[in-house]
Amino acid sequence: MPQQPTAHTVKSFDEEIDQLRSLIGQMGGMAGAQISEAVDALFRRDAEAALKVVARDAELDAMEQEAERLAVAIIALRAPMADDLREIVAALKISAVIERIGDYGKNIAKRVPVLTQAAPIGPSVIIPEMARAASAMIRDALDAYVDRDADLARQVMERDQQVDDFYNSLFRSLLTYMMENPHHITPSAHLLFIAKNLERVGDHATNIAEMVYFSVTGQHLAERTKADRTTSITAAADEED
Amino acid sequence: MNDQAFSSVAPAGGTGAEKPKMTARDVRVFYGAFEALKGVSIDISTENVTAFIGPSGCGKSTFLRCLNRMNDTVAGARVEGSIALDGRDIHDPAMDVVQLRARVGMVFQKPNPFPKSIYDNVAYGPRIHGLATKKPELDGIVEQSLRRAGLWDEVKDRLADSGTALSGGQQQRLCIARAIAVNPEVILMDEPASALDPIATARIEELIDELRGRYAIVIVTHNMQQAARVSQKVAFFHLGNMVEYGDTREIFTNPKQSRTKDYITGRYG
Repeated sequence: MPQQPTAHTVKSFDEEIDQLRSLIGQMGGMAGAQISEAVDALFRRDAEAALKVVARDAELDAMEQEAERLAVAIIALRAPMADDLREIVAALKISAVIERIGDYGKNIAKRVPVLTQAAPIGPSVIIPEMARAASAMIRDALDAYVDRDADLARQVMERDQQVDDFYNSLFRSLLTYMMENPHHITPSAHLLFIAKNLERVGDHATNIAEMVYFSVTGQHLAERTKADRTTSITAAADEED
Repeated sequence: MNDQAFSSVAPAGGTGAEKPKMTARDVRVFYGAFEALKGVSIDISTENVTAFIGPSGCGKSTFLRCLNRMNDTVAGARVEGSIALDGRDIHDPAMDVVQLRARVGMVFQKPNPFPKSIYDNVAYGPRIHGLATKKPELDGIVEQSLRRAGLWDEVKDRLADSGTALSGGQQQRLCIARAIAVNPEVILMDEPASALDPIATARIEELIDELRGRYAIVIVTHNMQQAARVSQKVAFFHLGNMVEYGDTREIFTNPKQSRTKDYITGRYG
């Protein structure tokens, strides 16, 4: 349930918080778009579009700096308390996380030129779906932040499992694929990194949702158990399964 | 969120390991027919500085004045409920009010040194309470009090100068030295730094921190940052009720009552 607190007596304080909130919202939108467009470029085998994604990352970095400047100014000039303080601190942390998500988008885009040189790989069809799930998590985590919606934040945390499942399945498939034919190793290795990046995006969206939940309620939710099981997967074990 | 005021049944602050220095139970104050304080229960301990915050007219100063019976001097004021110092009712007819106010000292918003020398300002209390019989003994009390108030080094060479000739911040520390001189157990401070510049304010705040543990300190302040800086416990008053009491850190980062939150975040009214 979204919670919209009543206005501050000093209106310019509300304006500054709104400004920060909308900047964070924009950053989230942009980071989500970077992920989608990088994966899009991958599947359209469009190296040029991928380069645009790489170039646009600088904008996201600049926005992060602006968010930090705004948040620090509010802390210095307004001395925020209670839910205001929690929200400003959350904004600072969230902007850094979004910047990181942007880096993953850039990293995915950077791999596109190499992958367009190789033949398409079968298991990679899961990637667009995984990217959609991860982008939707970012979008909803940021909606939860802007609307101060603790319930939506909690839902986002629960959805990370889905992205992890995609990753586990892709990891196994790519491993098998590489064993079948050494020519598949280069593109598969790149796809593995892309999948790992998307898996991390899901984790970061979950972190944002956790920060939003704390900012809104003042309570921490219990730590979620990680569903990335690939740390214990080996090719041999994979075959025995 | 439940915005219920603290009731008289569950006193705030009663869980400390140390025995509370002062306990108040269901304290009500009436000015004529007007109920200015509507049943406040709290324990005041020596280990913590307790800050009372709240908007003007919320009852925080009224309650502070109850703790050393300063409301006795207000015409038409009536106090109900019980207040005890070391377990003894301060309204007990056998309680000597002058003695009580020596044990529960007070520092006011505006520094109010006597128009006497710095030395006499501090020596006055110990003299009338008979705490020192000989001059060297009195000198010792004056020095120790001025040292504890962080003023000694600034005034040791001019103890005969008038107390009113000191700067505002020094005057306030002189008043704190004066309160300390009679060996109090509790020090009540009503906006002790609101008339001071930021540096003098910082010195008072530092002093409060140094005095903590030796005296039970209660401070009323309109400056939320100050309450956050100097206290370990905060009580928020509103319309004669104590709305919320808790650890300072908790009150300022995650208050439980929406009225507390609205007040400290500047959304009140």
